Amino acid sequence: MRYDIVTIGSSWGGLAAIRSVLAGLPADFRPAVVIAQHRSSDSRDKGLAAYYDARCDLPVRTIEDKQPIEEGHVYFAPPDYHLLVDRGFFELSVDLRVQFARPSIDVLFESAVDAYGERVIGVVLTGANADGAAGLSCIHKNGGFTIVQNPATAEKPDMPLAALEAVKRPGAVLDLDEIPTYLTKLAGESS
Amino acid sequence: MSPHQGSDAPRSDVESIEMRMLLEAVYQHYGYDFRKYARGSLRRRLWRRADAEGVKTISGLQERVLHNPLAMDALLMDLSVNVTAMFRDPTFYVALREKVVPILRTYPFIRIWNAGCSTGEEVYSIAILLQEEGLLERARVYATDINERVLERADHGVIPLERMRAFTQNYQRAGGRSAFSEYYKADRDQARIDRSLLENVVFAHHNLVSDKSFNEFHLIICRNVMIYFDKELQDQVHELFYESLVNLGILALGNKESIRFSSVASCYEELDPEEKIYRRSE
Repeated sequence: MRYDIVTIGSSWGGLAAIRSVLAGLPADFRPAVVIAQHRSSDSRDKGLAAYYDARCDLPVRTIEDKQPIEEGHVYFAPPDYHLLVDRGFFELSVDLRVQFARPSIDVLFESAVDAYGERVIGVVLTGANADGAAGLSCIHKNGGFTIVQNPATAEKPDMPLAALEAVKRPGAVLDLDEIPTYLTKLAGESS
Repeated sequence: MSPHQGSDAPRSDVESIEMRMLLEAVYQHYGYDFRKYARGSLRRRLWRRADAEGVKTISGLQERVLHNPLAMDALLMDLSVNVTAMFRDPTFYVALREKVVPILRTYPFIRIWNAGCSTGEEVYSIAILLQEEGLLERARVYATDINERVLERADHGVIPLERMRAFTQNYQRAGGRSAFSEYYKADRDQARIDRSLLENVVFAHHNLVSDKSFNEFHLIICRNVMIYFDKELQDQVHELFYESLVNLGILALGNKESIRFSSVASCYEELDPEEKIYRRSE
């Protein structure tokens, strides 16, 4: 399977978890990496992208509406918007929060499936709610690859547990430090 | 990045066909044109309505809305009402004060268009800002929307009190100069916007998809409305805005909307690139 896009959802404890994942991805990682991290609606976008850009071999970008998706780039959903994926570009919305969240991980995951079908990898990381579970289940049912952070080693286990409840047998349950290597292997197999 | 990228060919899966048929049917029967709305949000909103109607497919929803005008009403609300807040993105209003107000001051009479005003929160915020800058008296603000029902609500000027109080912090961070509570009267659990703010506001029906330019404006504010349109429709609306601005007129978009990807990019200068405030340059 050739994977086009890696979608990652994280919440409480996510900023550190994402740092570990991104830092472990090689410069020639081909799929686009798109992250929905729950954060305060008034947090500024640029700082976050710049922070990760300096700590990762891949270019990290903020998103504007209808921006083209480029392979090998990392993107963050802007605060207080839902991020949706269409074929080759991003779409934003300010529709109501979904399960108290905007950006909603479910919204991102489900739109990625609509655009890329089975060529989606979904990753649910640490968090203290259930966002991402329905979206991961959607990826799973449509033939994409699903990864859940091992709840025992997640800073907050609730989100991985909810994902495991929704997707009984995901592609992999991994400790944080195993995720980048695993993603790299999946991306390599697919080329 | 994939065989799909940049592919403009219409999708042939069943759901995509159903979506196109539904939108075509709505357009032909009711005259509302959602055919060029952005796919992702449109798809979510259609399914939300399908679930609420208890139907299992988009074709099922099509049958409902064609044979039951009430179901169409509900769909129209779902597709056309955009959620907003007073002083959403406070830094935008700071930029409006610091960079746009000084330009507006140079005009003896100011015409402003708030396009896609939805339930009115944005136009109330604009009116408050103009009032505090001493410009409201010589301004006329046209607040337009595709949906008559939300226009009525906007004109009514009543907001749940709890929601209104939640806007207070936004107002302060937006550089508000008074106590926010001066702009509304609490009536049990409702807040009533001070009518004097709305004296120079004209609420009117206007459809960005199909209606033409109706005046020349010094400032057009259209935030987080065009994110629901596809690129082709965005370009079309950008042409409309360009035609509707005076020379050196100002266009303000949502802070994640960029003119960069549009056909009119070269017709504007950036007045505040961060807040997406542009000035017509030719």
